[in-house]
Amino acid sequence: MTTVDVFKPFLMRIDKVTEETPDVRTLRLAFQDEQEGRGFTFRTGQFGEYSVFGEGECTFCIASPPTRQGYIECTFRKAGRVTGALADLEAGETIGFRGPYGNVFPIDEWEKKSLLFIAGGIALPPMRSVIWNVLDLRDRYRDITIVYGARTVADLVYKSELAEWEKRPDVRLVTTVDPGGETPDWKGEIGFVPAVLDKLAPASRDTLAVVCGPPVMIKFTFPVLARLGFAPEKIFTTLENRMKCGVGKCGRCNVGKHFVCKDGPVFTFAQLKEMPQEY
Amino acid sequence: MQALRSKARELLATKTVQVIIGYARGGGGRARAVFVREAAKADALVFDDSCQQNLAVYLSKPEVRKLGKAALVATPAALRAILQLAAENQIAEGELLALAVGADDVVPLTTFAAIEAHVAARDGDWSAAEKEELHKYEAMGLEERRRFWEEQFSRCLKCYACRAACPLCYCTRCTVECNQPQWIPVPAHDLGNLEWNVMRAMHLAGRCVDCGDCGRACPVNIPLHLLNRRLIREVFTVFGSRSGRSAKGDNALSTFKPNDPEDFIQ
Amino acid sequence: MNSMEKDTRLIGREALAKLFAQWLGEGRRILAPRRNGDKVDFAEVETPGEVSLDPVQTGQSPKGALFPRVEELFSFPSRDGRVELRERDLAALKPTVVFGLRPCDAAALAALAAIFNWDSADALFSARLAALTTVGVACNRCDEYCFCTSLGGGPGATTGSDILLTDMGGGEYLAEVISEKGRQAIQGAGTLFQPALGKDKESRLARVEKAFDLDKVKPALEALFDDEAFWVEQSLRCLGCGACAYVCPTCACFDIQDENGRRLRCWDSCGFGLFTLHTSGHNPRPLQSQRWRQRLMHKFAYMPERQSVLGCVGCGRCSRACPVDMNILEHLRAVAEAKP
Repeated sequence: MTTVDVFKPFLMRIDKVTEETPDVRTLRLAFQDEQEGRGFTFRTGQFGEYSVFGEGECTFCIASPPTRQGYIECTFRKAGRVTGALADLEAGETIGFRGPYGNVFPIDEWEKKSLLFIAGGIALPPMRSVIWNVLDLRDRYRDITIVYGARTVADLVYKSELAEWEKRPDVRLVTTVDPGGETPDWKGEIGFVPAVLDKLAPASRDTLAVVCGPPVMIKFTFPVLARLGFAPEKIFTTLENRMKCGVGKCGRCNVGKHFVCKDGPVFTFAQLKEMPQEY
Repeated sequence: MQALRSKARELLATKTVQVIIGYARGGGGRARAVFVREAAKADALVFDDSCQQNLAVYLSKPEVRKLGKAALVATPAALRAILQLAAENQIAEGELLALAVGADDVVPLTTFAAIEAHVAARDGDWSAAEKEELHKYEAMGLEERRRFWEEQFSRCLKCYACRAACPLCYCTRCTVECNQPQWIPVPAHDLGNLEWNVMRAMHLAGRCVDCGDCGRACPVNIPLHLLNRRLIREVFTVFGSRSGRSAKGDNALSTFKPNDPEDFIQ
Repeated sequence: MNSMEKDTRLIGREALAKLFAQWLGEGRRILAPRRNGDKVDFAEVETPGEVSLDPVQTGQSPKGALFPRVEELFSFPSRDGRVELRERDLAALKPTVVFGLRPCDAAALAALAAIFNWDSADALFSARLAALTTVGVACNRCDEYCFCTSLGGGPGATTGSDILLTDMGGGEYLAEVISEKGRQAIQGAGTLFQPALGKDKESRLARVEKAFDLDKVKPALEALFDDEAFWVEQSLRCLGCGACAYVCPTCACFDIQDENGRRLRCWDSCGFGLFTLHTSGHNPRPLQSQRWRQRLMHKFAYMPERQSVLGCVGCGRCSRACPVDMNILEHLRAVAEAKP
């Protein structure tokens, strides 16, 4: 990190705004100070605090992979004060960014293994970084499977990327929408993510799983993974919690003795089992 | 006190109520709230001059409501709070039994009408000392009063103990917790403190039952009761109404009547 | 911690006044317990005459000298549509003497430093700490809310004080110069002091009986974590205000708010429901009993494990200030003695 004080953000220029769904946006950000940008590095899984000056800060994972230089991206749903203000910004405007914070997906340890990515709805953004990171280093990994579902077709985010992944012969992509969420020309699966996963029955040998989604999806996905033979230490997720400082000082994001901003946000299910259910 | 304890034992043993919300011996000569659920533990209940906290505040606390039907050891201010809460649809008839503790007896009040009659029979005015204090305050000119509150509120920590202690501050999402827009600034700077305390006084005008718990709760001894008492007097003068005397009725500041004298809203 | 030889002297009350004048002359501000109505709290003073050491403890802690109620992190004036970040001038922070803090408050500095400076240094806190000199006053009296000795502290403990004074009676204070900062604070004032002549403070100190076995607390807390009924019972009367956190010398949880072109840091409390509330409406700690549990776990389990320091010094302020007479000493005793 090149900032002198941990609370002072980098100034970022919004280079591109993508409307993923009516209430979900992706921002591509460039460092206003190019030297700061060149010196900036991060690893997949890490997050940042994004400022709208005058409104406040918001916590999002860095949604772009570290393999792509020159910019970072974040994806968010318009939900409250800061995300509401972010959603009103246009290309060319300035926001703040503090980071990278938190721990990382241990993708080095995953080399030569197969990877299974399972995401629901707005929870694909935290996984987008790690998915692109491994796709950009494709030959280091064996099979890559992505299972992604949303309530309706309109709720699927990263539609152009889904199309890209669909076309790739070295990725198995399965998309699904909840029953009733399909459009007449929908070619993907219809069903909740855990059920679709069960049907797909991916192999668990030498495979790591990354799961991200609303609590109810995780609750029903975990038993399916267990049935398929995934041990809890082979299943990764990324947690969210209310944050302010992002650096383990303000005291609010802890789950038991762990600060999600410092010991997380990436946790294995084996770790989660040892943690109290306060997230 | 014995009368209170045997009444409590009886109420619990007959399962008329599931919990007695009362006072027990605390630390430093204070009394503290206690939630007696077993008849055998009724001896923990006390009632004397140290018992000042308005226990009606617990009628909005989910963990206490979960304990079941309650009997509340009620000071006069708590009885007024119960009536005001009833008038504001926060408690229904029959949900609560009030125990008015006298010198050597305890009067169970099972209906709001009974509480109204009890309150009316004992309704009084402020003591000589309290009147003197309010008089001194009201004798201050506006400029002096503004300086007085600026100095007082400069010490405010925004701990919201005043809000937490007040039985009439039961909003599950308080105005200060709204951030779109942030009506009241969060930090405890002078402006934020002034706005918080003035807003709270205004939200209580016509509703405050004058228990004084806000000032007692304040860890930096701000005399909040002065502000509330001034507004109680003002509401009575302008609207002729007093809170906490009836289980029905409208708050002066949240009621519009066609024959209201002001014409700006016509 | 320090390899200084024991430097103990005596100072009289009039000489103390001259010391105050010297500090003010050096451009320091002095914060000390000052009476305001029937509360005594830390405020700026100029003479020892304004200082009140009558109460066993002040209402609020002196933590505001290091962690103010509100402080600016930086400002973001915008000029011609361009945002500019303007940092604080840390050099402009005034050197401060906190005079008259009790040994418990002095011990709290280590907890605050552990919170703010673990993993990365907090620039504002560290600047204030560097500019701070502490002149503690040992306790001749205690009350039923004090429990410093149960946590490894004591009425005459020197940890955290740069100089520790003990009232020996007759207008005389024993002065132990503990640290280099303490030595610097009395540089050039040697004539204000007399030799200690072997005077010993022990007989002047309050007797604070140990109330519970601290070693039992952390394991008991961890074993009791999932015992919902235990936490509900302890916290039934708690109303969820922030009084305990705000008067506490070690509580340092904070909020960040943007206002009028400035980003501010201000005090916050884990007792508030809003503290952990997500924008979605989800709250990991929706019940007051869970928030009460968090308070004890943070102070007595998480901080000791993470930063090797307790988050409590036994000053008792929280219990004295609590509107509903929650008493942390009683609650800790119950924890230590609980059979889960």
